[in-house]
Amino acid sequence: MENPLDKMMPEALKQPSQHTRRKFLFKVALLVNGAVGAVLAVPVLGYVLGPVFRKQNGENFWVPTGNLQQFPPGQTRLAQFRDPNGTPADGQTRNLPCWVRNIDGKRFQVFAINCAHMDCPVHWFPQSKLFLCPCHGGVYYQDGSVAAGPPPRGLYEYRYKIVGDQLMIWAGELPTLSTEARLRRPGNSPCLG
Amino acid sequence: MSGIKHKAYDVYRWFDRRLGLAKPITEAAEHPIPASSASWWYVFGSAATVILVLQVMTGILLALVYTPTARDAWNSLNFLNHGLTLGWFLRAMHGWGSDFMIAIVLIHMSQVFMFGAYKYPRELTWIIGVFLLLMTLGMAFTGQVLRFDQDAYWGLGIGASIMGRVPIIGGWLVHLVLGGPDIGATTVSRFFALHVFVIPGILIGLVGLHVWMVLRLGINEWPMPGRLVRKSTYVREYEAQIHKDGVPFVPDAAWKDATFAAAIMLAIIACALIFGPIGPTGPPDPTIIQTAPKPDVPFLWIFALFALLPPKLETPLILIAPVVAILVMLALPLYAGEGEKHWSRRPVAVLMLMVVAVSIGIFTRLGATAPWSPVMNGWSADPVQPQYLKGRTPLERQGALVFQNMQCRNCHALGGLGGQRGPDLDGVATRMTESQLIRQVLQGSGNMPAYGNSLSPSQTTALVKFLSTMEGYQPQAQNDANRLLAHGVSPPRDKSQDTAK
Ligand code: FES
Repeated sequence: MENPLDKMMPEALKQPSQHTRRKFLFKVALLVNGAVGAVLAVPVLGYVLGPVFRKQNGENFWVPTGNLQQFPPGQTRLAQFRDPNGTPADGQTRNLPCWVRNIDGKRFQVFAINCAHMDCPVHWFPQSKLFLCPCHGGVYYQDGSVAAGPPPRGLYEYRYKIVGDQLMIWAGELPTLSTEARLRRPGNSPCLG
Repeated sequence: MSGIKHKAYDVYRWFDRRLGLAKPITEAAEHPIPASSASWWYVFGSAATVILVLQVMTGILLALVYTPTARDAWNSLNFLNHGLTLGWFLRAMHGWGSDFMIAIVLIHMSQVFMFGAYKYPRELTWIIGVFLLLMTLGMAFTGQVLRFDQDAYWGLGIGASIMGRVPIIGGWLVHLVLGGPDIGATTVSRFFALHVFVIPGILIGLVGLHVWMVLRLGINEWPMPGRLVRKSTYVREYEAQIHKDGVPFVPDAAWKDATFAAAIMLAIIACALIFGPIGPTGPPDPTIIQTAPKPDVPFLWIFALFALLPPKLETPLILIAPVVAILVMLALPLYAGEGEKHWSRRPVAVLMLMVVAVSIGIFTRLGATAPWSPVMNGWSADPVQPQYLKGRTPLERQGALVFQNMQCRNCHALGGLGGQRGPDLDGVATRMTESQLIRQVLQGSGNMPAYGNSLSPSQTTALVKFLSTMEGYQPQAQNDANRLLAHGVSPPRDKSQDTAK
C-alpha cells in the first residue's frame, strides 16, 4: 500500500534515473569534496580541541601567594595569587584566592577556594575552625577534611614550597574532581620548608 | 489615487515576476486548518517564534556595545546600563525576553503533549521541538555566562565541576568548556561564540524545519475522546475533516496568534520597564568571596537538586538523569505514535505532566530561598534576642555567647533569625536531653560538623546549658550527671594531626 505521506514527494525522487557518465563524474566530484573536507577537518579539530590537549610546562606554574609573615602559625588566612596561565585579557579573573593554613610555623596547607562539591568559594571561620560553603552548606574542618554536607571529598590542596620568605604554590588549574590531580602531578617535589 | 495604486501594483508585479514568492507565501498563509484548531490553545508556538525574533534583534543591538572579554565584559554591561541612552532598556528586554521565551516554550510543549499532537505523522516535529528546547536552555545558560558578573563566574565553576564528574574524559571536558585550564578570557569568548553564532544558527535552522513540517503535515486537530490515531487511516481522516470544515490559517486562526504575540510583547515590555535589566551583580573578581552564587531562574531547580540529592547518588544522577530524560522525550512519539489523543483518556500522561511541573515548581521555589545554605553572617548580624537571656544564669548567658561566636547561628535559627540549614533551636530542649545535646555538639552527625576540636569543655558546658533553657529545664540531678559527662567525653581526633606527622 502506498504511504499517504508519499504523495507530497517530488516526482523525480519516485523513479530512479538512469546511470550516465555525468552522474558518475558527479559522484567522483563529491568524493573529492569529501576528501577535501576530511583534510580540512584536521586543523579545525586541532584548533577546537587545542585547549584540551595543551601541554603544560612545569616550571612556570609555581606562583607566589605571599610573604611568610602574612601567615602566622596556627592560623588560616586568605591569600591571593596570579593565575600562571593568565593573559591581560583575563582582567580580574587573573587574581585567584586561596586559604593558607600555617599549621605550626613549619608546615603549611594551601587550600583551593573552591568547594569540592561544586566549586563555590568556601569561607573560613576562625572561631569555630570551620570552612563553610555558601552554595549547598558543605562544611570542612581546619585540615580540609569534610565535616558535613554534600562535598564528596575534602578541600583541594595546592602543593607548596618556600623560596626565601615567599610561599609558592603550584597552580594553574581550576580544581574539579577530575582536574585536581594535575595540581598534585609529580614534578618538582614540594620542598617542605 | 487609482493612478498611484496602479503604479504600486506594477512595482509589485515587477518584483514578483522575478521572485515568484507571492504564490507560495499566500498558499502557506491560507493553508486550510481544522476549524477546531483555530483556538487560543494553539498560539504558543507562534509566540515563541516572535520572541525569537525579538531576541535576535535586541541581541544584535547589544552586540554593538558589549565587549566579550573577561576583562571588559562587566564594564561594558554597566556602560550599557548607565552610560548609554536606553541601553538599560535593551538589556532588560533581552533578559526578560529570555525568561518569557523559556516559559512559552515550556507551555507550548506541555500543550502539544496534552493534545497528543506529537503522534503520527508529527513525530519528527516533536523530536525537533525537543532539540529546540535544549537550544533554548543553551541560550539561557550561555547568556547567563555572558552577563559576566560574580554569579556568572561561580556559575561557570559549577558547570566545570559537573563536567569534572564525568568519568575518564572529565578533565578534557572541563578544559573544553572553559577554553583552558581555568576561567578567563578564552572562557568568555567561547561562550560569546556559542551564544551569538553557533546556538542561534542551529536554533534558526531548526525553527525553519519545525515550521515547515507544521505547514506540510497540517496543524493538529482538536482531540476528541475515542477518536484514535492509526497510521493507516489518519492522513485520510485529517484531509476529510479539512475538506468538511477547514478554514484558512490566515485570518481565521492567525488573528489569535497575532493578538497573543502582541500581548506577550507588551508583557515583556512591561517587565522590562518595571523591573529593569537583570544584573549585572558584583564584578567577576574571584578574590571577592563574600557571595552566595545562584543561577538564573530557569536553572534554580537544578541548583536545588544539587543541595538535596543524597551525596552518594549525586554524580550518577547528575550525569545520567538528563540523558535519560532527553532520550525519553525523544522516544515518546516513536513509542506512543498512535492511539488516543484526548487527555481524558490518557490519565498517565496527565499525571506525568503534573508531577514534572509541580516538582520543577517546588524545586525552583526551594532554589530561590536556598534554605540549606548557611547564612554566612548570621553569627554577627543576628544577636540573641533578650527573651532568651532573661532570667538565665551567668553560665547560660556565657553559653549564648558561645552560641554566637561559634557561628551556630549561621545554620540554626533562634526566634526565627538565622540559618535554616539545621533545625530551629527554640524548642531543642524538648527534643533532646543534655547528654544528647553534648554528643551532638561534640561529635556532629549528618549535616552538622563536630565541634569537638573547637570547643573547650567549659564552652561546651556553657553552650549546652544555654540550649537546655530552650523551653523547659531538666531535673537538677540529671544536669549534674550530664556535667560530669561533658568533661568525660573525648573529642574526635583532628585528622590533620595525623596526616601532618
Ligand atoms: S558547592 Fe559547596 S556545598 Fe555545593
